[in-house]
This record gives sequence, C-alpha cells and structure tokens, in this order.
Amino acid sequence: MKKTFLALVLSAAMFCALLSGCGSGEPPAAGPELSVGIAQDLDSLDPHKMVAAGTKEIMFNVFEGLVKPSPSGDLLPALAENWTVSDDRLTYTFNLRPDVKFHNGSIVTSADAVYSLERLSATADTPADIVTVDAFSNIASMETPDEMTLILRLKEPSNEFLSYLTAAVIPAGYEEQETMPVGTGPFRFVSRTAQESVVLERFDDYWGGPAAIKTVTCRVIENADGILMSLQSGAVDLFAHLTITQAQQLTDDFRIEQGAMNLVQALYLNNAVEPFNDLRVRQALCYAVDKQAVIDLAFDGFGFPIGSSMYPAFGKYFDETLIDYYPHDIQRAKELLAEAGYPDGFSMTITVPSNYQPHLDTAQVLVEQLKEIGVNAEILPVEWETWLNDAYIGRNFESTVIGVDASTMTARALLERFTSSAGNNFINYNHEDYDRLFTEAQSCTDDDEQTALYRAMERNLTENAANVYIQDMADLLAVRNNLTGVRFYPIYVLDLYGLRWES
Amino acid sequence: MRRNYYLFAGLLLTGVLAAFALLGVFWTPYDGAAMGAEKFLPPSPAHLFGTDNFGRDIFSRVMEGAGTSFLIALCTIAIGAGGGILLGAVTGYFGGLADEALIRVGDALTAFPSILLALVVISLLGPGKPVNLVLSLGLVFIPSFARVTRAAYAEAREANYVKSVRLMGASHARVMLVHILPNTMPVLLSALTIGFNNAVLAEASMSYLGIGVTPPDASLGYMLSEAQSVFGRAPWYALSTGGVMISFLFGVGLIGEGLRFREGGPAL
Repeated sequence: MKKTFLALVLSAAMFCALLSGCGSGEPPAAGPELSVGIAQDLDSLDPHKMVAAGTKEIMFNVFEGLVKPSPSGDLLPALAENWTVSDDRLTYTFNLRPDVKFHNGSIVTSADAVYSLERLSATADTPADIVTVDAFSNIASMETPDEMTLILRLKEPSNEFLSYLTAAVIPAGYEEQETMPVGTGPFRFVSRTAQESVVLERFDDYWGGPAAIKTVTCRVIENADGILMSLQSGAVDLFAHLTITQAQQLTDDFRIEQGAMNLVQALYLNNAVEPFNDLRVRQALCYAVDKQAVIDLAFDGFGFPIGSSMYPAFGKYFDETLIDYYPHDIQRAKELLAEAGYPDGFSMTITVPSNYQPHLDTAQVLVEQLKEIGVNAEILPVEWETWLNDAYIGRNFESTVIGVDASTMTARALLERFTSSAGNNFINYNHEDYDRLFTEAQSCTDDDEQTALYRAMERNLTENAANVYIQDMADLLAVRNNLTGVRFYPIYVLDLYGLRWES
Repeated sequence: MRRNYYLFAGLLLTGVLAAFALLGVFWTPYDGAAMGAEKFLPPSPAHLFGTDNFGRDIFSRVMEGAGTSFLIALCTIAIGAGGGILLGAVTGYFGGLADEALIRVGDALTAFPSILLALVVISLLGPGKPVNLVLSLGLVFIPSFARVTRAAYAEAREANYVKSVRLMGASHARVMLVHILPNTMPVLLSALTIGFNNAVLAEASMSYLGIGVTPPDASLGYMLSEAQSVFGRAPWYALSTGGVMISFLFGVGLIGEGLRFREGGPAL
C-alpha cells in the first residue's frame, strides 16, 4: 500500500515536471535574459590557461587585450586607445584608454598590461599550465613611463606582432582567475556549475557602454540529440556550430544564421604522384568539379565557394576573381585529360578521415562528378589518426578531402605550407615562382606590396591547379527569431555584446 | 505430415527478396549512385521509396544494397560454417587434448562480444575492403558453428551405428562425412539460418559504424546509418531500408523454423 502511494506521488511529480517542461516551450518575451547552448564545459576560467576553443569562444566576452579582433578580421583598439609604431618597426607605443575599469572596480593601468604580457611569456619559472605566447619572446623590454602609456621594444621587426596583443589583460597580482575571473569585457563572470552551466552578467561600467542583454546563461549540452531538444523546448535561445542535418530539423521559432568555418575545403592532390604530377590532369579535375553542386548536394546550399588557399574572412588577401577560374566544363576537362595521355580517364583514390561526415559527403559527390570525365575515384575512409600519420605527415596518399585552417589570422599561416621546403607541405607542391614570391613577401615592409605578393601566391596556386578548391564551409548558428545582432568573426568566438531582443 | 506453413511462407518471402536483390545486380530503375533527382522526395510512383539526402533513388539503392549485404552475409557464413564444421567435426569425433585446447580457445573467443572481436580483426587487416570485412566476420562466426558441430559429433562418436560401421572397416573420414554428418543436419540447418541472420546484422552493424562497405557503395547497414541522421526529414529512408532488412531476416527465420519441423527437431 505504501509503495503504491509512493508510486502515485512519483508519477504525479513526473507529470508536473512534464507540464512545466511543456510550459517553457513558449518563446520567452523580449527581455534581458538569454540562454546560450554550448557543446562542452569550460576547461579553465583563467584566460591565460584556457586551451579549448569552446572556452575561448565564450570567455571572449569577459576578457580583452590591448587590441581586439573585429568581425571583418581587422584589429580594433580595445584597452589601448591608440598606438604608434616606430619606422624601424621595433618600438610600439600604446596609449591606454583612460578610466577603463576591471570587473572588480580597479582602473586598468600599464602595469596590468605588463603583468599580463609577462605572465604569458615563457620563462624558466612560468607555471606549466600557462599557455605561453611564443611571439612574446620577441619582446626585448617593456617600459611604463606613466600609468597610461606602455612602450614595447622588439628584438626584431615583425608584421604580425600586433595580432598577438589580443591576449587578455588581467589585474596585476590578482590570483583568483581560476575561480573568480576578472577582466574588462562587456560581461562579467558570475558563477559556474561544472558540467551544467556558466552564468555571465553584463558589466555596467564597460568602456563601450553596457550590453543590451542583462544575464547570459551558457548551458552545457554535450549530447548531440540534446541540442535539438533544448532548442525546441525553449531551454536555449541560441546554439552555434550546428550540423546541416540539425539545422534542417529546427522549427519555425528559429532562424539559421550562416557564418564561415574559416577553412579551405578542397580535394587536395598529392602533386608528387602520378598522374597528379601533370598540370593538365590537375586542371582537368578542376574543370570537372562543380563546386556549387557539391555545396548544394552535400551542404544544402550552405557554404562559400573558393578558388585558392584563402577564404573570404581574410579580406584584402582574398581574391574573389579566382573562384571561377575553372568554370564547370566537362568538355574542356576531357580534352585536357586526352592531351595528358588519359583519353579514357584513370582510377584514383580519395583518402578521407571517416570521422568527418561533411568531408565524406563531399567525397561522395566528387566521385559522381569525376565519373563524367571517365575518372574512376574510389573513397578510402580512414581513421583520423591514420589520416594524420599516413596522409598528412607521411604524405602517402593520392588525393584527400580535408579542410585546412589558419593557425593565426595571417596570410602566411595559410600560404607558407605550399613552399617547397615547408614541413607541412603535405601535397608536395613545388613551384619556383611560388617560393620566390614567399621569400619576397617575408622581406617586404610595405603592407600593400606584401598584400600584392600574397595575392600573387594565391593566383599561382590556382593557375597551377595545386588542388581542386571547393569551399569555405558554413558555420550554422540557430537563433530565436526575435533575437538580433549576431556577428560572425574570422576566429572562433561568440560575441554576446551586440545581441538584443526585439519586441 | 501436416503442411509446413512456416517453410512455405519463409521460402516465399526470402525468395521474393532474394530475386529483388539479384535483379539489383543487373538492373535498377535508376543508377543507385547518380545524384540526379531532387533531395528528400517522399515516396511516389517515380521513386517508390523516395530519394535520399543526395537526391539518389532509395529504391535502386536498396536493391543494390540488399545484394551487397546478402552477398557479404553468404560469404561470411561460408567461411564461418566451413571452418566451424570442419573444426567441430574433427575435435568432436577424436576428442582428446586437441579437442580440449580448441574448445578453450573457442570459449575465449566467445567471451568477447562478437562485434568487438570483428572490429579488432578488421583493424588488423585494414578497413575499407569488402574482402577483409568478410574475413573478419567469418572468423568471428567459426566458434559458434564449431561448438554446435562438436557437440553433435561427440554424441555420435559413442553411438552404436558409428561403432558398427567402424567394425565394418570404414575409415574415420568416411564415418565423419557419410555417416555422422547427415545425422547432424537438423541441428546444423537451424544453426545455418540463425547464423545467416546474424551475419546480415553483423554486416549492418559494421557498415553502420563506418568500417564495412565504403561509400558511395550501398549496403543496408550503411544506408541505415545515413538514414538515421536524416530521420526527422526523410523517415521513409530508414523505414524502407529497415523494412527490407527485417522482412528478409523474418523470412530466413521462418525457413529455419520450418526446417526444424520437417527434420523433427525441437521447436523453439
């Protein structure tokens, strides 16, 4: 009897829980609260210790550096109001923005900046868990003539030094970053429940003016099935990095915003093996592949076609005239193959890391497209480790579908790998002009000239059909219809500052 | 003898599906790999099972995929049954130390979940080739056949009819092949039908996990794994593929049951 009663109470409780679950299905009224779904818990709250991209993505809203990246890929003044660079490019003088407050109320001074940069420089007594920045070993000395001025002297000139100064500035001597992080961003940290949620609140004293949203709760939803459920039940208003399939199954309460994954997806060809050592064969493949059809078939039309090892987020470096350098032309492809001595086509393998379904899907479409010019391609799915060791490091493959990204926001990061002596030149690309252009670009001090050289390198890759370039894959973000202000960055961050509810 | 409905229904169902798969080897309504049609079309007279996420005709792919799956299952059973019956017969008939050793090895192998074992074997042989898939699955199926056969032979070894033919001068090989084997048929036939069904499922699991048949080739298991991710948008994909597979397994199961009746074996 007792048991029956207990069961009744339990089932009643469950029923209530169900009802309340349904109740939250109503879209929330335009208000100051926002719930963001994140796919993994944060690995560290200390900005100098976090490793996971997913952590930096959220904490981008809590911490800032002297400069911060803009959605277009430029560097904007942040804690530094302005700066000057000496003619020999060895001395950087920063004027800090006056009266910027940390979340704990203290004023940001040049001493805090020095403390932060020193904490990130590798020295003998740097704690092992600090993720040091190699570029800071180039700093010869740091001077603070007054509280609002910082002078950095470099050992050797560098074009890219400024991009590393996005590193978080934290209060000098503050030891509790791990548990109660303090930065200068538009949102301050409130609390964290491991494996469950992280709560941020807007920082009313933010130098750029307070954000529109008052409270942001980041809910950790690790289960892929849980993502859709949480969106549809109303528990979450925004979720980034959805797969195409997940995006397709969303209800009308949401819209899909399309950003870019910022990687170069291509059918990478091993330029050293037959028949891909023949320029005409590589060009034939470029003519045979219809990029837009790949994007339409395997990615539901989401994606941005590209024509060289550069993607649109790179702004001035990106040359959009190369996108259609090889229009879809079966006839031309067949002629080129015939000239190269393969009138009846040939057989090839496409090595694909099997854990990446998008690449596998792309390969399936490519196989169909290559059939049209008589090329019989076979997909060879391999595990990620095998792909890394055999194909990427061992360079033992014929062709592979993969996405290559840039480790830093510099054209060099994408283009250096195809110089003949580069250790990560996994396609064995070897072209004298290309190497020469790269050397010139490195010794070049003028920004416009350097940009022109990098663009010439891009063109060189396209003209020589180094790879069959396909697309910069889309990064899909689901957002509730009345939430606006989503901004995409060329780096992996989720900017909460501009978000607002429309009534 | 009363009419054997089980056998009749099983043969009919399996026959129709086998014919359907066999036809798929020579002819399909569309090229199963061609991405010509619109994506996610629901079933219609033009596309009986609709189209998939690449705009491929699912009906054509099921025909091709069923053929691939059944062929792999047949080869797997051929290896498993061939090796298992041979090993089981020799060890069961002669007994002794070899018998003990082999049975213990078999026990050790069956201690692992069969899929796990097949995964290990296929990672050693190298994934992505149907031959390796068949070999690895075949090896995994050997112990179960060996066990069944050994039990039957060990029992028959002491039977009077075996002792009689031995006295009459028959060789060991002749006794095993001509005299004992026919008597183990009821047991073996049901082991074969159950084994075949398990092999179809094993192939499906392996391909579902992405280490069996390589895309764009179709197999029922691989198609199911594709279908699962688009279930919300194209439920007909999973339902038609799964339906064909279940019908086939049901048909073979009925045959097994029917054969047991006919041979006078115990009904399950």
